[in-house]
Amino acid sequence: MSTTDYNPIEKFEHVDDDIAAVVEDTELPRRLKTNVYETIDERDGAVTIEQADDIAKAVESKYLETRVDPLDPVGTVSAQSIGEPGTQMTMNTFHYAGVAEIDVTQGLPRLIELVDARKEPDTPMMTVHLEDEYAENREKAHEVVWQIERTRILQLGDISTNVADMLVEIDLNEDTLRERWPTYDDVVDVADEIAATIDNKLGVQTRRNGPVIEFGPEEPSYRDLLQLVEDLREIVFKGLEDVSRVVIRKEELERDGETVEEFVLYTEGSSLGDVLEIEGVDASRTTCNNIHEIHRQLGIEAARNAIIDETMNTLEEQGLDDVNIRHLMLVADIMTNRGEIESIGRHGISGSKESVLARAAFEVTVNHLLDAAIHGEVDDLDGVTENVIVGKPIKLGTGDVDLRMGADTSGEQAD
Amino acid sequence: MSAQQTPKEIGQISFGLMDPEEYRDMSATKVITADTYDDDGFPIDMGLMDPRLGVIDPGLECKTCGKHSGSCNGHFGHIELAAPVIHVGFAKLIRRLLRGTCRDCSRLCLDATEREEFEDRLTRSRELGKDLNDVTKAAIRQARKKDVCPFCGEVQYDINHEKPTTYYEVQQVLSSDYPERIAAAMEPDPDDEDSERVTPQELADETGIAPSRVNEILSGEFRPREDDRKAIEKVIDVDLTEEDMNKLMPSDIRDWFEDIPDEDMEVLGVSPEKSRPEWMILTVLPVPPVTARPSITLDNGQRSEDDLTHKLVDIIRINQRFMENREAGAPQLIIEDLWELLQYHVTTFMDNEISGTPPARHRSGRPLKTLSQRLKGKEGRFRGSLSGKRVNFSARTVISPDPTLSLNEVGVPDRVASEMTQTMIVNERNIEEARRYVSNGPENHPGANYVRRPDGRRLKVTEKNCEELAEKVQPGWEVARHLVDGDIVIFNRQPSLHRMSIMAHEVVVMPYKTFRLNTTVCPPYNADFDGDEMNMHALQNEEARAEARVLMRVQEQILSPRFGENIIGAIQDHVTAAYLLTNQNPEFNETQALDLLRATRIDELPEPDGEDEVGRPYWTGRSIFSELLPDDLDLEFTSSAGDTVVIEDGQLLDGTIDEDAVGAFGGEIVDTIAKVYSNTRARIFINEVSSLAIRTIMHFGFSIGIDDESIPEAAEEQIDEAIGSAYDRVQELIETYEQGDLESLPGRTVDETLEMKIMQALGRARDSAGDIAEDHFADDNPAVVMAESGARGSMLNLTQMAGCVGQQAVRGERINRGYENRTLSHYQEDDLSADAHGFVEASYRSGLSPREFFFHAMGGREGLVDTAVRTSKSGYLQRRLINALSELETQYDGTVRDTSDTIVQFEFGEDGTSPVQVSSDEEHVIDVDQIAESVLDAEFASDAEREQFIGSQAEPTNLSEHEAEWRIESDD
Repeated sequence: MSTTDYNPIEKFEHVDDDIAAVVEDTELPRRLKTNVYETIDERDGAVTIEQADDIAKAVESKYLETRVDPLDPVGTVSAQSIGEPGTQMTMNTFHYAGVAEIDVTQGLPRLIELVDARKEPDTPMMTVHLEDEYAENREKAHEVVWQIERTRILQLGDISTNVADMLVEIDLNEDTLRERWPTYDDVVDVADEIAATIDNKLGVQTRRNGPVIEFGPEEPSYRDLLQLVEDLREIVFKGLEDVSRVVIRKEELERDGETVEEFVLYTEGSSLGDVLEIEGVDASRTTCNNIHEIHRQLGIEAARNAIIDETMNTLEEQGLDDVNIRHLMLVADIMTNRGEIESIGRHGISGSKESVLARAAFEVTVNHLLDAAIHGEVDDLDGVTENVIVGKPIKLGTGDVDLRMGADTSGEQAD
Repeated sequence: MSAQQTPKEIGQISFGLMDPEEYRDMSATKVITADTYDDDGFPIDMGLMDPRLGVIDPGLECKTCGKHSGSCNGHFGHIELAAPVIHVGFAKLIRRLLRGTCRDCSRLCLDATEREEFEDRLTRSRELGKDLNDVTKAAIRQARKKDVCPFCGEVQYDINHEKPTTYYEVQQVLSSDYPERIAAAMEPDPDDEDSERVTPQELADETGIAPSRVNEILSGEFRPREDDRKAIEKVIDVDLTEEDMNKLMPSDIRDWFEDIPDEDMEVLGVSPEKSRPEWMILTVLPVPPVTARPSITLDNGQRSEDDLTHKLVDIIRINQRFMENREAGAPQLIIEDLWELLQYHVTTFMDNEISGTPPARHRSGRPLKTLSQRLKGKEGRFRGSLSGKRVNFSARTVISPDPTLSLNEVGVPDRVASEMTQTMIVNERNIEEARRYVSNGPENHPGANYVRRPDGRRLKVTEKNCEELAEKVQPGWEVARHLVDGDIVIFNRQPSLHRMSIMAHEVVVMPYKTFRLNTTVCPPYNADFDGDEMNMHALQNEEARAEARVLMRVQEQILSPRFGENIIGAIQDHVTAAYLLTNQNPEFNETQALDLLRATRIDELPEPDGEDEVGRPYWTGRSIFSELLPDDLDLEFTSSAGDTVVIEDGQLLDGTIDEDAVGAFGGEIVDTIAKVYSNTRARIFINEVSSLAIRTIMHFGFSIGIDDESIPEAAEEQIDEAIGSAYDRVQELIETYEQGDLESLPGRTVDETLEMKIMQALGRARDSAGDIAEDHFADDNPAVVMAESGARGSMLNLTQMAGCVGQQAVRGERINRGYENRTLSHYQEDDLSADAHGFVEASYRSGLSPREFFFHAMGGREGLVDTAVRTSKSGYLQRRLINALSELETQYDGTVRDTSDTIVQFEFGEDGTSPVQVSSDEEHVIDVDQIAESVLDAEFASDAEREQFIGSQAEPTNLSEHEAEWRIESDD
């Protein structure tokens, strides 16, 4: 419903023109205005116009009390609100309370990692949500698991080297094949496919004999043989190269007000772009902990949200969940303000400040001064640090006010 | 020159290089002598301490400006360098310019289209505020690709840069052994049997060089020209060149740069009117004024010179020697050596931490602190002296608690109060007061230290002249009076991690030497009294005092913007006492009840709650507590003790008052009063709760000793049993593991699984030991009371004291370090059992065995290291966050912008809600229904109260909690 065609007089029985006029006159947002109408309506017409005015004014004054004051230095306050609990966090890196099986960087190191906007987190991971029957059916969910989890040869069978015949022999485990390629009817097809992949990747000629695949170097050479085994171990037969492990968990989730039980996948290693393509993955809820990956795949607004969520989770994990989310939003907003993720520090926001003095006062002092001289930069002294340096009042808070008010409005003072 | 007149206010600062001529213009004197003082201790003329460079010794007069030390800022001098030297700071840029410009015509080797492209990119970068260096580097890279200058056709050579300040031009020249090389190449290839020897005739035919010339070349009589050489190289596949490094002297570079046209510099992002590239090569060296490098006179009368002076002495010496040698016509080699030495000294004068150059050292071996080092780092000029300044009117001393103070107050020692002053402008109304201060003199407390006459003359008040001076004080004078009760000061404890670390307090002058503060303000400062010190700052103008009072006073900071709840509230004993008072709801007779409330403003008891057997009236703890609550408070919540607290109409009907109700960090009642009523009401409430609590705990008495943790023999046995069975379980696990039957958890190895299971089993053992111990503690056990009420300690602490300390961990694992395959030599190798890996079976009360103690110390050490690492890491994180966000501010239109007006958020936190007023987990903050109820019931005592409620009248700013008392005083 848009604000223009909202008509309280029609909607509420006991709201007339006068009351509506009084309420509409306030600075309240729509939500609270409606709330006021509802409250007045509930009183079944027992509210006089004066009372309605009083109610509206009282609500307005309470509402305005909860607003941020103009010229409030919210940046510093937010920075302090995130930095201060940092002293209470642990340095212990590992152990994720949510999923015991997956180790994730936590605590202060993770917070620093986020604020630094590292290209690759220390422990990349994804949370993959599934769609429809994939979320409900364990077997269907497993289908997705095998499409995500990287399958290498060691997981499929035993490798042995036959030095006498200069052959590498792979004895595939048929049960594993059946498990990992559930859509195939015949294991033989899978084995063929594996053999073909090896042909392709290693440039050798393989022979398949039932579940056993053999191949060797073109010319008999012990070194080449061992090299082949080495290379063989690296081949990814199925799944995503970057995902080393997937943990499947049944979780109770709130959806549309109901509690739903569904399977959720947690991965070690992340490759968001590829995962979103896989059938059965619910792209709208799947995330990863690499903010740059989210930025690439889903855009800057998604990255902003990811920064907020990740910092909030990190704080929550340390029992500091009472930190107001607005502070995290401000940090996320300044990190993404230019349309790309900037780190907080000398390579990011602090390093790209306009003022030479501000940069020089932060880090790498001398280089900033020399560069400024060469480029003939001029510091207009707008910011905080610069004004502290030259000894002028800073343009924040009470320092930003040019207006003076009369001492007393009632005029009773003269005596 | 104009340097004497420093501007009152700085509008902008422009950066650039200085023209050597400018150095000479601003120089007060040329410096030619390396000596500082003569034998009589007078500065030598045209020496490094020349009096024209400013004065540092008191009493002397500056020869340039005529001022005395203290008011003379000093003046620059200059040294004429015998030969140009390179400025190290620009070494990289010089290299880039050498590579990008033509060696002959000095123009930038870019054609018109390329130039335009880079100019565009540069403007774009500048607009976007990106790093200009990225573009200029790319431009240089492009220019460097050219082998030939596009303007004059001169062949370009590669430039080699030998750090820090030597440059070579690398040319490919004909090697000296070219005949041999050609001859060797003409011989048949020994590996290839088909190849034949190339005859000179063939060579001549194929290269097109005359056969006779070929023979001359082969015999070494004729050096082949460039094109001939290339032809030969092509035909017989041989390299006839060698690299020739031609050193570029700074004078050559300077000449080269002088010819670079201004337009070309602009493409490279260099501003030509402010910084010509040749100025990067110094011909004149400015000598900093003596005030920037003062010498110190040691106790033995010897002078000790500043590091910069030492460095300048070196430079002048070498410079002098250079000139002498050159005039004497010394060989080129010696000249070059001296030149290099001069370069070294000038380099280290600028920066003494250049990699690859040995730092210049003091005689004692300490590296000298030269110009760069003075600016850099935490204690450097920027961070140490400019961003953080030392101030007058400040004091620091140890803090100690004083529960009789209001939380708004601070106890200031009289000796501090008589040192720090407030300026009082004398007028008709306060002249008596002002005279009283002055007549008390500087020693007696409410006195004065200085007076200032209208003509600006400042007079010190002494014991002798105070009476006399007091008579003279007239309206228009200023009196620097001592701090007195009610003055506002700023109080601070480091580390100042959040804004509540600096708050304004009202002064209460007290005897002795410590700052006194109410214990309820410990949480925001994170202070305790184990020797903490705090700083106080006296405010020096009315604007600052007003701001401090309205915005910074403690009561205005009760709510924390981090989580939107109160951060000031009852702590420790206050909480314990509130619990004792309300949990069992004890009864008090009239004397007791009045005694409990005597430190509050309640002087009349309510209706008694009942009568005892003898008919004497009694009051319950809850109704005594209710006296402190606002009359119309309605509240219901769950306490940390677990029961539901019900408050109706300001009466505590049910429930225990504990940490969750009145504590710091979100005590419900305090939080509600601060938000719904006012900060003033909240301050009164907190003050009264702490006063009541202290009376209460004195009434009941509260102590804890080692016997409070002892448990009966039977319980001890039960605990032993529980731990014993856990040991059995661990043994079982180890056996299954050793037999290889242990099933691993998904994603874990068998070893990890075993460790996890053992840890789990032992954790359970400790918990059950704790449960057993807990069962044997009475509810009035002091440790239990403290844990239950949330005052201090937890059930875990109790478990460890009475039951079992439990598993010690290092890096989240059982202790695995020490000897090979075992933790201590007391155990078998590969012993996986609980006690071999740091399980402490004993309790703190029973005492730890030596081995347990050792493991416990290992775990404890990890904690200490962790804290040490954490503080530095989080400190840096905080600094970076503040630096990045410090410019953000909300505007009148609701947007959040930085100081250059870039919008960061259109509305703070997406909804413009203040984080101070709204706690993080609250959704709907405005209860419209309740407001309507209040309006309709018209339950306002007065019209003013109604107006205040509906917000048409602003809440009065509470100037001081002692305002009323002062009124009476001034009426006398």
